[in-house]
Amino acid sequence: MNDMKLQLKIWRQRSAEEKGHFETYSVQASEHMSFLEMLDVLNEQLIGKKEEPVVFEHDCREGICGACSMVINGQPHGPNGGTTTCQLHMRSFKSGDTITIEPFRAVGFPVIKDLAVDRSAFDRIIQSGGYISVNTGQAPDGNSIPIEKGEASKAFDAAACIGCGACVAACPNGSAMLFTSAKVSHLGLLPQGQVEHEARVQNMVAQMDKEGFGMCSNTGACEAECPKDISIENIARLNRNYMASMFSSDK
Amino acid sequence: MSSINLDSKTPQGELAEKWTQYKGSMNLVAPNNKRRIDVIVVGTGLAGASAAATLGELGYNVKVFTFHDSPRRAHSIAAQGGINAAKNYQNDGDSVWRLFYDTIKGGDYRSREANVHRLAEASRDIIDQCVAQGVPFAREYGGLLANRSFGGVQVSRTFYARGQTGQQLLIGAYQALARQANTGKCTIYNRHEMLDVVKIDGKARGIIARNLLTGEIERHSAHCVVLATGGYGNVFYLSTNAMGSNVSAGWRAVRKGALMANPCFTQIHPTCIPVSGDYQSKLTLMSESLRNDGRVWVPKSKEDAEAIRKGTKKGNDIAEEDRDYYLERRYPAFGNLVPRDVASRAAKVACDEGNGVAPTGLAVFLDFASAIERYGKAEAFSQGNANPSAGQIRTLGEKVVEQKYGNLFEMYEKITGENPYKNPMKIYPAVHYTMGGLWVDYNLETNVPGLFALGEANFSDHGANRLGASALMQGLADGYFVIPYTIGQFLSKEIRTPQIANDSPEFMKAEQEVKERLDKVMNIKGNQSVESFHRRLGKIMWEYCGMSRNAEGLKKGQKMIQELRKEFYSDVFVPGNKDEFNPELEKALRVADFLELGEVMMVDALDRNESCGGHFREEYVTEDGEAKRNDADYTYVSAWEWTDNDEIKLHKEELKFENVELKTRSYK
Amino acid sequence: MWIIKFLTSSIGRKLIMSLTGLFLILFLTVHLAGNLQLLKNDGGEAFNSYAYIMTHNPLIILISYGNYIFILLHAAVGILLYFQNKGAKGTKYAVSTNKSATWASKNMALLGTLVLAFLFIHMGDFWFKMKMGEGWINEVQSASLGHPVKDLYEKVSYSFSQLWVVIVYIVGLVILGFHLSHGFASAFQSLGINHKKYTPIIAGLGKAYSILVPLGFAIIPLYVYFIK
Repeated sequence: MNDMKLQLKIWRQRSAEEKGHFETYSVQASEHMSFLEMLDVLNEQLIGKKEEPVVFEHDCREGICGACSMVINGQPHGPNGGTTTCQLHMRSFKSGDTITIEPFRAVGFPVIKDLAVDRSAFDRIIQSGGYISVNTGQAPDGNSIPIEKGEASKAFDAAACIGCGACVAACPNGSAMLFTSAKVSHLGLLPQGQVEHEARVQNMVAQMDKEGFGMCSNTGACEAECPKDISIENIARLNRNYMASMFSSDK
Repeated sequence: MSSINLDSKTPQGELAEKWTQYKGSMNLVAPNNKRRIDVIVVGTGLAGASAAATLGELGYNVKVFTFHDSPRRAHSIAAQGGINAAKNYQNDGDSVWRLFYDTIKGGDYRSREANVHRLAEASRDIIDQCVAQGVPFAREYGGLLANRSFGGVQVSRTFYARGQTGQQLLIGAYQALARQANTGKCTIYNRHEMLDVVKIDGKARGIIARNLLTGEIERHSAHCVVLATGGYGNVFYLSTNAMGSNVSAGWRAVRKGALMANPCFTQIHPTCIPVSGDYQSKLTLMSESLRNDGRVWVPKSKEDAEAIRKGTKKGNDIAEEDRDYYLERRYPAFGNLVPRDVASRAAKVACDEGNGVAPTGLAVFLDFASAIERYGKAEAFSQGNANPSAGQIRTLGEKVVEQKYGNLFEMYEKITGENPYKNPMKIYPAVHYTMGGLWVDYNLETNVPGLFALGEANFSDHGANRLGASALMQGLADGYFVIPYTIGQFLSKEIRTPQIANDSPEFMKAEQEVKERLDKVMNIKGNQSVESFHRRLGKIMWEYCGMSRNAEGLKKGQKMIQELRKEFYSDVFVPGNKDEFNPELEKALRVADFLELGEVMMVDALDRNESCGGHFREEYVTEDGEAKRNDADYTYVSAWEWTDNDEIKLHKEELKFENVELKTRSYK
Repeated sequence: MWIIKFLTSSIGRKLIMSLTGLFLILFLTVHLAGNLQLLKNDGGEAFNSYAYIMTHNPLIILISYGNYIFILLHAAVGILLYFQNKGAKGTKYAVSTNKSATWASKNMALLGTLVLAFLFIHMGDFWFKMKMGEGWINEVQSASLGHPVKDLYEKVSYSFSQLWVVIVYIVGLVILGFHLSHGFASAFQSLGINHKKYTPIIAGLGKAYSILVPLGFAIIPLYVYFIK
């Protein structure tokens, strides 16, 4: 059953403070396993030898929670487009392959341990304005604001972001523009989001800059690696909304 | 602790007026007092995030805890189908009463009337609130909200956001919480796991939490504690739950005197991707909506089934007359759209009889060939081609099916590597949701004063079986529209209570106990991994407390769990240290709690000598093999106590049905 | 102040890169149009007159100073961004791949630095010598202007008769082409212009521009060296 023989070159780092290094392991896998189940096999193997298992983040294992974060052979979430690591299956690899697994790299995402990184900067960006200020109970009837189907759909495309951070990991500049722009677009494209739009754009960009992410140079790597296929159209939208808000608002 | 009074505190009055009258007469906490009151919310899924945000908006100081790196990762995010609301936007005769009635009936008459009615009332406000927050629900061409229908009901009341409704609703609640974090009313403690409840003078006054990054044990105090920590389906190891979903917060509450209600009521979802091997870590759900067009079947003959299992034949090789469309055969009225519990059991029967189709023998076909043909013909006709070839019909039909279910088919292909347009899908039931949970009264307060439970973590609204698209509804109703009111019933008596100190003897003792528990697990230094214990527990649970149960098996299962627990505490190996980021240690503590909960589930299932909803006892069936309820003896909520000397003790809350008549569910 | 907050923000800095870049793209077009007069077989009359006007018309002089400032600003902000972005990325991956982005888009700073180096050589060769005047460049009578002008045509012809100069120019222009292949469309994206209908057109124009304009410039040394 487990007829694939693989060499894994995995980044091991005990803590944020300590230096990391690559370790090589060999593991037997089945092509039906998901990539994370293959790592489960490795970890059981390590625990069996009373060694420390590789720490990696994962939760839902169905491509929606955004927890899994690793760079496989230079690509966040591995070689397949529109796929998270947990949805990647071993049939995408060949027996005898050497697979290099690294954590997401960006100063905004410091390594915690092995393949786990700290992505709380994303939460702080959302906290700086990624919401619509409506207290519970204040809402008018759901059908009181018609929204054109196409516009609603565009807003949805942006809202599909799972906050995994692959965009930052893929970007040679460690920029968080795709993430930030997806939220600005989701809310900015809906009539409900208009009231706070200008303040939201300014505050979220300011927070993004504060978190130490790099600047967008339009390489498009984020879009190519995004497991939810979020478009850099959103980045252009953020650019023009930011400029417009800077020139037209009182702030 | 022997005399626990299970008073549901259901208000008096007409069913439809209870909640309104109650809201109008309950005690309030003035804004200046709210500022001085602290509330702890554990869990940031739909229920937790919505509750924390709303309590923050009201002015309470809220401390929010999640073991995830971000509140947005909670498993509510994975819900696919939709959320029910009695809006009647489709003008098809829906009403609060109908939603109430469908939910009571769907739950096989094992839930509390007043709670369910309140849920149906709140459902309408949820949609309004979520739209205002920017949740991008599906819309019609005119720009108004779209609906679809779901299993077990006759109206279209399900609101949805593509196949990612849970994600969009959770992001809405998460953003509302983020807004309160920005104002400072909510403080978010991410990567913190609750390891105990702290009680002072009988009231819940705080929690002990472990900082998962540093391993530090922290004492957090508040005037009351709200648990919104989800369900315990992972006790089965394989389930559609996320890997981290666990019972520990709820179980720790039980160990501090709260009661676990109806723990054996587990929902097994019929359409999941089957297990493919021993390495499998979780199961993936395929939306219930597929049963609108997919036909479920197995080969009639065992030889054909055997050939398919061996790979010498494929599903398509079996001739039409050699197939058993068993749902259509057994339930002609509802066919492939029978409720979840019925469909799951029928699949099990087919596989148990030796007609399963995967190498493991545990799968049935979900076939879209007739749908493809039907849609293909209709499409060809509408394109003016009255005499299309078989190939043309197929191509056109596949296109229509792709438009309807494209993302699900793609997901199936990603996981299995098989093309579901060409070969029938293979599916099998899997553990999905737990209707049971902490016992709560009408205020969502457990029997421990000041300790509340919301969402899947409580037992309150779904009885013995939950209808599709109702979990999201309950989570948000509890968080946005119930707890913000009912928490005042407790807190209005606490306005003179000063800030709770976190260094009282009770806190220090609880902290010490947690530390000892950690040391105990770390110091076993045995030879077996945590994972291996979890897998073994899951197998026992699935075998003896899964889709069908019997007294003998349950007794055996209980014993096996007791033995496994003993083995765990003598031979588990947890690598690493306790004062660092150590996911294996986290898992060990969770599995330790599952090992106790599992036993209570067996005991509960054994106590309930009837078949109802998700609980199917082989001894209690009708002549034609359907579930046989026993209303005379079991119209009660089983609330289990784990006593100080480790005994499992039953308390009952009788259920009173004043507005609906108890009937046998029939789908024939 | 808001304007400082704006221009020092990540998006503001990119705006500076975008606007200066677009100006330089415009300049390249004008520059090429003028230079193509070198291909005229009139002994340099048209080109020398053009060069005279370009260096003596006050408006054009003003624009040319703007041009110098923009070049320096584009380079300075570009270098600043490079170091900031490098800092924001931190550790690089052990395995690098160009599957998700073009090589040029990821190496704009390197390409830009080489273009700048090329620019210095170019300026040193022609612009500096022309500004120094007497002793560096001869004067010749312009028929159309009716007074003597610097004979830049002769200087160009001389430079491009040397093989190594031709090679340097060709290499420089190829690098410029790569820089433009990302820069052209990228400038529009930074300005917030991205639309289903227009972005494919911009991308096509960018591709065409990054090939045709460097090619147009390259024809001149090749023509001078091989044909004249």
